[in-house]
Amino acid sequence: MDKMPRWADLFLIPFINLILAFIAAGLVVLAIGQNPLDAIYFMIKGSLGSTSGIGYTLYYATNYIFTGLAVAVAFHARLFNIGGEGQAAVGGVGAAVVLLAVDWPHWTVALPFAILGAASFGAAWAFIPAYLQAKRGSHIVITTIMFNFIAAALLGFLLNGILKNPATQNAETRNFGPGAHLPTAHEMLAPFGIEFSKSAPLNFSFLLALACAFLIWLLIWRTRLGYQIRAFGHNERAANYAGIPAVRITVLAMLISGALAGMLSINVVMGEQERLIKEFVEGAGFVGIAVALMGRSHPFGIVLAAILFGMLTQGGFELLFEMPAISREMVLVIQALIILFTGALDHMVRDPVERIFIRMKNRSA
Amino acid sequence: MTLTQNFLGAAATLAISASAALADPALIFDLGGKFDKSFNEAAFAGAQRWAEETGGSYKEIELSSEAQREQALRRFAEAGNNPIVMTGFAFASALETVAADFPDTKFAIIDMVVDQPNVRSVVFNEHEGSYLVGVAAAMASDSGTVGFIGGMDIPLIRKFACGYVQGVKAANPDATVIQNMTGTTPAAWNDPVKGAELAKAQIAQGADIIYAAAGGTGVGVLQTAADEGILSIGVDSNQNHLHPGQVLTSMLKRVDVAVYDAFSQGEDLETGFNVLGVADGGIDYAVDEHNAEIFTDEIKAAVEEAKAAIIDGSIEVHDYMSDDSCPVS
Repeated sequence: MDKMPRWADLFLIPFINLILAFIAAGLVVLAIGQNPLDAIYFMIKGSLGSTSGIGYTLYYATNYIFTGLAVAVAFHARLFNIGGEGQAAVGGVGAAVVLLAVDWPHWTVALPFAILGAASFGAAWAFIPAYLQAKRGSHIVITTIMFNFIAAALLGFLLNGILKNPATQNAETRNFGPGAHLPTAHEMLAPFGIEFSKSAPLNFSFLLALACAFLIWLLIWRTRLGYQIRAFGHNERAANYAGIPAVRITVLAMLISGALAGMLSINVVMGEQERLIKEFVEGAGFVGIAVALMGRSHPFGIVLAAILFGMLTQGGFELLFEMPAISREMVLVIQALIILFTGALDHMVRDPVERIFIRMKNRSA
Repeated sequence: MTLTQNFLGAAATLAISASAALADPALIFDLGGKFDKSFNEAAFAGAQRWAEETGGSYKEIELSSEAQREQALRRFAEAGNNPIVMTGFAFASALETVAADFPDTKFAIIDMVVDQPNVRSVVFNEHEGSYLVGVAAAMASDSGTVGFIGGMDIPLIRKFACGYVQGVKAANPDATVIQNMTGTTPAAWNDPVKGAELAKAQIAQGADIIYAAAGGTGVGVLQTAADEGILSIGVDSNQNHLHPGQVLTSMLKRVDVAVYDAFSQGEDLETGFNVLGVADGGIDYAVDEHNAEIFTDEIKAAVEEAKAAIIDGSIEVHDYMSDDSCPVS
């Protein structure tokens, strides 16, 4: 079968998509009488132009790596997990319970337990839809999205009840204490003589996210379970015929997915806020879907896409700051256009480019 | 080539605007957004009034994530904006850290107390204003039963409720006050449907005036009251115009005054505890062309009397938050 080269698939297509997205977004900026080149300049400078900007970009990227991987693992088993938002929220409860229960002596001790708490709670939240899908045939898209609402309600209930810090009007827990403080990028880089912004929320979790990306790559392409997940995703009946149990794969893939989503809270709850707050996921679960689509469900692509989305989040904020004529909603429009072109309108570019490559190949042959 | 020129041009304008922005005041809106018809919008109005009167300019930003609170504070402080005003108690922990890092910058936080030498903490005596509208409600009620609908069940809203009940009982000791809270999560601030249901339930129990202290939820309360032909009382901003002739009055919390004051004082912002109440116009009730007919002279006289008494100290309205309890119910 004729195909275009792999580099074109992985890099050229996303790049063309991105350029188209910037042109469309630029037209929008132009329409409200602003200079689109200024807007792009401020977005790039704001997200990469200073250590503080990079710190925020990679902080957001950390969230998107976790949720992107979560969506991707489920997607390899052809399960569309839209519940990252809820699994992350419940994962936050898991992390918070662990971090509040004990007066931790040092973060290196606290972290493994916090990960265990966050991942197990996130996985548990994904288990119910997975079980319903595997055993009862309830569609996972419907159940996971409903579970997002239940998770939000549960989080609100806990934060207004037993977990609430009585000293404040906010629905939030008390601080976890100094023993649970994850080192920030500033603290980690200072010994090497690198002056990184003190205020940026980037922390140790970024390395954790990269490690997770590597482990997921190992899992999907180098283990028996990963093979089973992919086989199941490609053709459920063939996989069944080959002796791959459908229930087991559905549940396992969703458990891993939920655990990854839950680990987002290590970055936000443990790393940044150092307490559990109500709205800490802030749509990262949904951005994860776009990240996984753009990254072609491959961990390496997901890391790159997550960094791009981190740039959009942080750059969008800087744009708001530098160009007052552009409102918060305008920034959302620009971000949405980029998602639309890079994610949803993929085939608009892919098919013509593929045809060009095939024609060139035929001509030279 | 043109691209580089554009970049250079942008950098140059940036440099110029950065120096011009020096010492401009800045305003940070909470996640609710600038045009929330309530708290943030009032702050915006105050900033606009300052800009129009002085011809000065100010910087503003709307947040879209929790992590941006500290970021926005730092960005403005680094850019030399002074003073920096923020709306809402959720900024407290971010301000604690940022204020310490920028000792030469003045900050003002509304609705919260942050104990730092360069921070002005603006809080309102909402119980006094609620007392005044409580008096008005008792006077205007025919059935002797009035309602209160709060947003999220937090001490601040109980403070509204408690002041209101005190006012009602002062004007009519036999009156009954039905109290409901919309919910226990932040969603309770923006649930007009639930607000409408609660209003209907209170009307069924005989309430003929309902005071809504519930943010966006109050819109539903006011709507239902107007539909069912009873009167309502608005909150924070002047909401009389929403249903002309059917909103008895609005309890005004002059967030705009707080922002205007902070901007006017500029870099010499007086820091510390700043309580705005009835006496200094920070808390008031609204009378305009929309409620002139229903807000009779008789009611007005009684409310003005109560207002004068609060100002001269002969009436002391109990503040729920001082001891987490209310003497009347």
